[in-house]
Parts: sequence; C-alpha cells; structure tokens
Amino acid sequence: MFRFVARRLLETIPVMFIIATATFFMMRLAPGGPFDSEKNIPPDIKARMAAHYGLDKPLFQQYLLQMKHLLQGNLGPSFKYPSRTVNEIIADAFPASLELGAEALLVALVLGLAAGLTASLKQNSALDHLPMSLAMIGICVPTFVMGPLLISAFALHLDWFNAAGWFLPRDRVLPALTLGAYYAAYVARLTRGGMLEILHQDYIRTARAKGAGGARVLFKHALRGGILPVVSFLGPAVAGLLTGSFVVETIFGVPGLGRFFVTSAFNRDYFMVMGSVLFYALFVIVLNLVVDVVMVWLDPKLRFE
Amino acid sequence: MYFFLTRPGHAALIALCLIALAAGCGRRETLVQAGDRAGMLRIGNGAEPAGLDPQVETGEPEHDIMITLFEGLVDPAPKDSSPVPGVAERWDISPDGKVYTFHLRKNARWSNGDPVTARDFLESYHRVLLPALGAQYAYMFYPVTNAQAFNEGKITNYDEVGFKARDAYTFEVTLSSPTPWLLAMMVHNTWYPVPIATILKYGALDDPTNPWTKPGRLVGNGPFLLKEWKINSHILVVRNPLYWGAKDVRLNSIYFDPEENYDTAERMFRSGQLHTDQQAPPSKVAFYRKFKPDLLNDYPLLSTYYYRFNVTKPPLNDKRVRQALAMSIDRRAICDMVARAGEQPIFCLTPPDTAGYTAKAQLKEDPAAARQLLAEAGYPDGKNFPTIEVLFNTGASHKPIAEALQQMWKKNLNINILLRNEEWKVYLDSTEHMDYYIARAGWGADYDDASSFLELSITGGGNNQTGWGNPEYDRLVEVVAHTQDQAARYDAYQKAEAILMDEMPIMPIYIYTRPRLIVPDVKNWAPNPLDIYDYKDVWLEPQK
Amino acid sequence: MTTAPNPIDDSPGAAEPAEAGVSFWSDARRRLFKNKLAIFGAIVVALLAALCFSEPLLCPRVVGFTYEQQDLVLGPAPPGARHWLGTDPLGRDLLARLLYGGKISLMVGLCATLVSLTIGVLYGAISGFVGGKLDMVLMRAVDILYALPFVIFVILLMVFFGQNIILLFVAIGAVSWLTMARIVRGQVMSLKRREFVEAAHALGLSRRRIILRHIIPNLLGPILVFTTLTIPDVILLESFLSFLGLGVQPPHSSWGVLIKEGAEVMEEYPWLLLYPGLVMALTLFSLNFLGDGLRDALDVRGSKD
Repeated sequence: MFRFVARRLLETIPVMFIIATATFFMMRLAPGGPFDSEKNIPPDIKARMAAHYGLDKPLFQQYLLQMKHLLQGNLGPSFKYPSRTVNEIIADAFPASLELGAEALLVALVLGLAAGLTASLKQNSALDHLPMSLAMIGICVPTFVMGPLLISAFALHLDWFNAAGWFLPRDRVLPALTLGAYYAAYVARLTRGGMLEILHQDYIRTARAKGAGGARVLFKHALRGGILPVVSFLGPAVAGLLTGSFVVETIFGVPGLGRFFVTSAFNRDYFMVMGSVLFYALFVIVLNLVVDVVMVWLDPKLRFE
Repeated sequence: MYFFLTRPGHAALIALCLIALAAGCGRRETLVQAGDRAGMLRIGNGAEPAGLDPQVETGEPEHDIMITLFEGLVDPAPKDSSPVPGVAERWDISPDGKVYTFHLRKNARWSNGDPVTARDFLESYHRVLLPALGAQYAYMFYPVTNAQAFNEGKITNYDEVGFKARDAYTFEVTLSSPTPWLLAMMVHNTWYPVPIATILKYGALDDPTNPWTKPGRLVGNGPFLLKEWKINSHILVVRNPLYWGAKDVRLNSIYFDPEENYDTAERMFRSGQLHTDQQAPPSKVAFYRKFKPDLLNDYPLLSTYYYRFNVTKPPLNDKRVRQALAMSIDRRAICDMVARAGEQPIFCLTPPDTAGYTAKAQLKEDPAAARQLLAEAGYPDGKNFPTIEVLFNTGASHKPIAEALQQMWKKNLNINILLRNEEWKVYLDSTEHMDYYIARAGWGADYDDASSFLELSITGGGNNQTGWGNPEYDRLVEVVAHTQDQAARYDAYQKAEAILMDEMPIMPIYIYTRPRLIVPDVKNWAPNPLDIYDYKDVWLEPQK
Repeated sequence: MTTAPNPIDDSPGAAEPAEAGVSFWSDARRRLFKNKLAIFGAIVVALLAALCFSEPLLCPRVVGFTYEQQDLVLGPAPPGARHWLGTDPLGRDLLARLLYGGKISLMVGLCATLVSLTIGVLYGAISGFVGGKLDMVLMRAVDILYALPFVIFVILLMVFFGQNIILLFVAIGAVSWLTMARIVRGQVMSLKRREFVEAAHALGLSRRRIILRHIIPNLLGPILVFTTLTIPDVILLESFLSFLGLGVQPPHSSWGVLIKEGAEVMEEYPWLLLYPGLVMALTLFSLNFLGDGLRDALDVRGSKD
C-alpha cells in the first residue's frame, strides 16, 4: 500500500509540471492582456504596470521565474485585486467551494443511493422506473435552469429561503440540491447497475436458494461490491462538482473559488488563473488517490490491477 | 441503516426531511427590515471591488465604497453632483482663472485622530503623480502646472508642480491655462487625500499593490470606517465618530454586497436581502415599471452608447457611408424594444444638459436620405457594398442590439452586415489595434462637463480608436475651450460637436440609464447623472 | 420448499459474452425491441433530428418565419395562432429558433462525439492491441486525465482562442474521449485472446486483416452504446459553456443559448424557457434511454473491466 501511494505521489509531479506549462503558454499566447480596459490606458502607464509585475521580460524568462515561484509555493499577486495575493484569495475563497462541494456530494450520495438501491431491488416495477426517471431529471436539466427554478419556487414564492447568499446554515440547501442533482442521477444509475450485476451473480442465487431472503441478507453480500462503481465514480465526480460550482456559485452568490477562476480567465489575471488551475488539479489528484485507496480496501481483487 | 429501505423506513425519512425544512420556515424578519432597525443600509454593489486605494482604483463599484471612507476638497451635491464644500469650506479663484486657493476646515480629522491638513493634500497629489504608481486617472491633474511633465517622468522635482501648502489649512492650486471644469473634476476619487504615513507603514509609496487598505489598517477621513472586508462576501463600513459632519450622518453602517450577476442580485432584492440594487436586469425593467413602479428608480446617466467606425478601412473611409449608416436606424425602437431599460435615443455625442450645455448639431434619422447618400458613395441600393462586421463584446444587450441594427440596415439600405462577438479582453485588444470595421462602445463622463465627451475624439487620443482626426476639432477642444468665458467655451463645444456629427466617426445610439431598484425605506436617496451617491444624507425609515 | 418469486432476470442469453457473427446482432435487436423506453427514445430522437435538420425547408414554408426574422413591434408574445410557440423579446419566432438551435445542438453533439470517438478508439485500440509497456503508460495517462477537471481547460481554450464553432467541436470532443478509450482498450484486450482470433492468426491472416475483419466489428457494440451516451453530455456541456458566454456564438444559436436566454426571463416570459427546456430534456432523456437500452441489449459492461 505504501509503495502504491508513494508511486502515485511521484507521478503527480510531472503531471503538475505539464499542466503548469500548458496553462502558462496558453494564457500568454491569448489575445488581450490584463491591463486592457475600456478607458484606454496610456501606453507608458501600461508599460510601467507591466514592468512592475515582470511582464516585460522575455517570455521564456518569465516562464522560468514562474516555475521557480511555484516550487516555492508563491502563487503571485492578482492583477485584478492589487492588494491581495493569489494565495490569500484562494485561502479565503476555497472553503466555501469545498463546503458547497461536500454538501452537494452528500445530496448526491443520499438521494442517488436511495433511488438506485430501491430501483435495483424492485427491478422493472414502478419503484424502479419512478425513482430512475426522477433521477434523470438531474441529468437532463442544466444547473442554470434548475437553480433559478428552485429559487423561484422555494425562496421567492414560498419564502422558505434567502434568494442568494451564504450566511445561514439554511442558505446551503438550495445550492447543494442544485449542484448535487446531476450527480445524484449518476449515482442512482451506477448503483442500480452495480447492484443488478451483483444480484445476478451466482453466489447471491445460492444464498437465496439456501433460504436467505430479504433486504438484510442481500445487503450483507451485495452492497460491498455493488457500490464499487459509485466509489470509483467519486473521483471524476469531485472534478465535476468543482466545475459545476462555477454556475451554482454565480446563481446563488456563494463566495467560492469557482467564480474567481472563471472571471480571472476573462480578466487575463495570469497568476490567479495559474494558481486556481494548479490548486484544483492538485486537490483533485489527491482526492482521487484517497478514493483509490478506499476502493482497494473495499475490494481486495483490485490490488492486482 | 437497513431500516430505511423498508416501507416504514421510507416514511420516517420523508418525515425527517419535512421537519428539517419546516424548521427553516415561517414568517421571518427580512434582512432589509433588520437593517432598518439597526440603521444599516444594504446595497447591491455590482462587483467585488478590485481594491480601495482611491488613487489606484477607477471603477464604479470601488468608487461607491471609497466615497464613504474618504473625502476630497469638494463633495458632490445630491441630484447633480456639482462641487460643494468638502474638506475645503470655501475657495477663491483668481481673476485669470489659473489659481485656486482652498481654505480647509479646521475640524476635519483622519480616522486615527490626526487633523487633515493642506500638507496631506500636497503629499497625496505627489503620490498620485508618481510615475511608478501608474495611476490611470493621473491625466485629470494635467491642467495643473507641470503635473503632466512630472507624471511622465520629464521632471523629477515635485516642487515645480503647481501645488502649494501655504499653511496648515490653505492649499493652493496653479493651472497652466484656465480650466473651468476643475472643481467638477475634483469630485472624482482620484482627488481624495490618502494617509501617507499609513501607506508607508505597509510598503512603498508608489507600489500599487501596497496592502494598506485592509480592515484594521485603512485610515480615511470620510464619514464611515472600514470594519469588514470579506472577498466576494461583503464589505461593511460603520460610522466614523471623528468625521467633522458626524452628527448629521444618520446611517449607522452600510453593507455592500458584491453580487455581480444581475439576475441573482434582483432575486436578492425581491427576497428582502437588499435595500437597493444598482442594476435591474433589462428584461425585468418593463415588469417593474408596470407593476411595481415605486420600487424602480431609473434615470439617465451621463453616458453614451455608440458605435465606432474604423475610418481607415473602406468603405468606412467615405463619410457619406458613415452618415448613411447612422441615419438609417431607428433608435427609438432600439431603446424601447431591445434595450428596454428606459434608455433615451441620442443624436449627438454629449447628452443634453451636461452642465447646462446641449448640442445643437443633431443627426437626423432619414432612411431615404441615407439611401441617397449611399448611392452617391457608389453603392446604389446596396449593390456591391462589401461585407463588413460589427464587433461587440459578450454581455448585456449588445448582441440583441447588434442583431436589431443588422436587420435595420438590411431593410433600409439593403446591405449585409456580419456580427462578431468577442469576449471582453479580446474585444479590447481588437479595438485597440483597430482590428474591426464597426465596434460597439460606451463612454461615461468622468466629470460633469462636455469636455469629458468631446476629448474622446481628439486625434490620436487613447480612447479615440477610430483613426479619425481633425485639426480644427482638436483646436476647438484643446485650446479654445480652455477659457473662463463660458459662452465662448460652449460655443467651441458646439462647433466641435457640429464637426463630429458631420464627419461621423462615431454613431451615437442612446443614453444609458441606471435602472435602480430601491425600497421606499431609503429616504433622501438622490440619483444623479454621474452616478455618484453621497450616503451621508441618506437615512432609513421602516415601512409598515 | 418454496422459492420466492425471483426478481432476477433469468432469460437465456442474459449473461453470454460477445460473439462474432449474425446471430449476435439479431439477438441484440430482439432484446432492444423488447425495451419500450429505448424504442420510444429512438423514435423521439429520430423525429427531432429529422425536424431540426430539415429546418431550412420547414422554416420559411411551414412555420412561416426564419430563425433570425425580427419583429420589434411585436416583441415577446405568448404562443398563439401566428407564432405557435411564441416569440422572443426581438419578436423572433420561437419554433423557428428551436428548430435551428436544434440543428446546431445536434450537430455539435455529433461532431464533438465524432472527435471524441476518433481519438478514443484509436488510442484505446492501439493501447489494447500493442499491450505491454505502452499499454501501461497510455492507460496510466488516461487515469490521470480522467481525474483532472478538464472543463477548466475547455473554458480556458474558449476564453482565449475564441469562439468559432470548429474549436468548440474539437475542445468538447477532446474532453470526452477518455471513457471511450478505456472501453475500447478493454474490449480489444479481451478480444485479442479469443479463440477465433488465435485461429485466424494460426491460419496466417495478417495483423491488419485480423483487426479489420474480426476486432473492429466486435467493437461496434460498445462504441455504439457510448456514442449514444456521450451525445447528451456534449449537449449539456455546450449549454454550460453558453451560460458562461463561451458556447455557440451569433449568428448561430443552439438549445443551450435558447435555454440560457429563457432562464433569464423565465418569470416574465415563461414559454421562452419552457419549450426549449422541454425539447432539450426530451432529447437528453431519449438518448439516455436509447443508450441504456443498447447497453442492455448488447450486454456491454461498465468501464473498469
């Protein structure tokens, strides 16, 4: 196990390096710069601002400098928010995104597992089709439609919640639901599929033939294997939750990192973009590692993969 | 755990959910009502401020907060933002219009207790003119003797610049030529004083990234203090007891919400989270106007929405073509049907009644005459007219407006125009490099005077970006207008605007409005065309 | 001893592996036709596609308006006799825009999926067929990429390098090929060891022949399934990009753009959200059901096999 984790961590280094390089060159080669604005800035002032941030040096030299700073953990200043550094902004904004993502994941797991398990046990009956169709809504209605719809119904008409903001515990409900719906649907499908596959297998039929029945027994035998696909889905799901948060944070006014990332790309806030991309990538890679460790613990067969 | 899969388990789960939801329900006091009780004005500010350094920041969301924390020599009066006494209680202007002497009030204080003196203004203006700071609005100071030379690094001795602190409470400004709009300009945040000693404590004087503006560090001389600043969450300012006019300030605190998305902010307003939001989404303005007019406060701004013509690219190098394009659209339809936030059409560049000036040169909408012009230019009935593009940036109503204009030109002139939508920075890059045919643009006055608009089209001006220039126009705007004689000055403006509307390097379309949503609890909120609000005159009254 | 009614499906052929030859396809077809939801999905998709792609014919003649014809005087009107689905704020007929948008959305779906297909199949086939060290490296790369929030890069690409529709196809396609690669590789590896391939090899058939004649036909099943399931994800991704202002640009329109514009005015002019939303949801539902049905019929397994 230790070797496995160590090997994965070592692999991470070249991956991050490639991402950093790709991001760097993509940004610098794009048209438009951080100091372009509607009220045109005189060229010498622009030049001075660029020099202040070291943007006037040759491109390759800037690249090396950036790499050096990254290795030191210094993510640089933000152009759009001059008195703040990227490290500060990420530290400030990420907790909200993290909380939102975790709550959405919880919603996805609770709703998805419930739907998928029920459906797999009552295959082809109404209790199969109904939860699965409801789950499909999550896949087929985009978040930027579901969000305003939920707000319109529950916040504006029924007045159960605030329309936006992230202050009270109750403010978490609608954003988590909106973000989690898509993944709930996926979890439901994966659970149902995984459970059905297990339930078809011989050892289950044997257990049944021996007289064991009811949900309890099936669970003891089936659940551990049946939710494997769900666990393996968690990795990409987290990646997806992060990106889905861009939309949800905008609609619900959540002070998270997702919005920063998108607007910093639009603003050509180079260091902010680089910092966010690398931060996300690292976070997701580490999380995937954790997920893989859990998977191996759940299903020893996988150890040989 | 298995219990939940059984039928009674399902019921229990549903019951739990309902209880949890119900726990949050019921009639609650809205944040607005709570704000009324506490004297806290909750404002939707439209964006997370880039910073709070008044000499570095130039945007509106930043300005709306900085005006609570700092005060300049003059303040903007409610309703028209004309200059009234601020830190300066009175001033004298020399007969030749070149020397302004400001007499500062003796009880003005910084929030750390230090008095505000003429020396503070002297040193603040030194900082804003330092080349390394890169202050974008340093050009506002250029009428002052040698300010431009200092800012461009041509001279390095600040004593040569026309600012003097005659004594602790007398501040003197000397101009190189009469500039009657100087006081109007001084309302802008670039003219605010800054606490030099505090700035030096946290970094270099000319470093724009100096972090002196954080809560707990920022020192200001305005009616409010910076209490909290959580990025993308909120900014809270509370009343400053040391402010000279503190006893007349009735608000206890102001809460700024940086929500950027119009729709989200409007929903927050509706759900009672904000007293006011600065921008109702265009699609909802008609709805409010019809059903809730007492919540909508829309008024015209000193800002023009227009299209630029790249006069270096044929066929736009022929002024008849430009005139034809400008005359063959229906601005009223664009305002009422497309933009729909109460905008008004405009037929010249400067909005009417800008500090009393209204342009006489107005272009006429006349599709028949436009067709005639186009034919004279060599494209009868649109034949052989090259395909050109309209460039606009993603956002707001730019796309529907461009689409509507595209159809109008097709219908009236029988020409085909393509649309090109670029993301903001790319759009800026394209217009700066003149990589366009027709480009959408907008310009808001920095101060209340027509020169703020007319200076746009000076030959080679940074904001011109059309390739057009006219020596007579330049002479009128840059030389003739610098006179104390208002009649002569306005006459120069008229002549300049007439040249502009004849040559038509730009095609004005409408005047922006601010469709502000505001609850009746807010009293004495005075909208003004420069979109500047001085909150110290505002108070809150709970509505039953 | 009585046995409880067994919910597990015992029909013959339910757990049989893939075989080359005619009987497999007719078998699969039979199973597919038994699945009513899948058939329903297929019919809906075919119908919508036919309608949307014949938009140039239908619009001026049957519907009466084109997608760009404006009527500023009329403005936004609810569904009525002249405009069957109503109009948008510029007075453009919604039905015409829906058909046109559908054409673009489906085209984006198909083209991006094609890109994804090409990359995925080639990558997976090479990796599976060559095997050994190359396979290890290639699959490890896929694992890593699977974890990354790829959408971030799509956003960066679209922000920086603008917004023409070809780049959209390529960007979206480049994001979605990973699952395809994994499945194709898995399938190729299992096929490689089959007896009929060994037999062909023993008979002296060239490698190329083996690939063309035996392996590729057996790949068609999984490829078909996952293509059908990728298209809805692509359409959703395009709508997500449209929300950010990065998707399809004027003069084109798409369901994503229509839904975004509809969501903004959903309380004043609900038909502008309702009809595009319903149509897109219906399409996504149908494609998903069809894909699920194909998967059940062809008995294709999940990703990590």
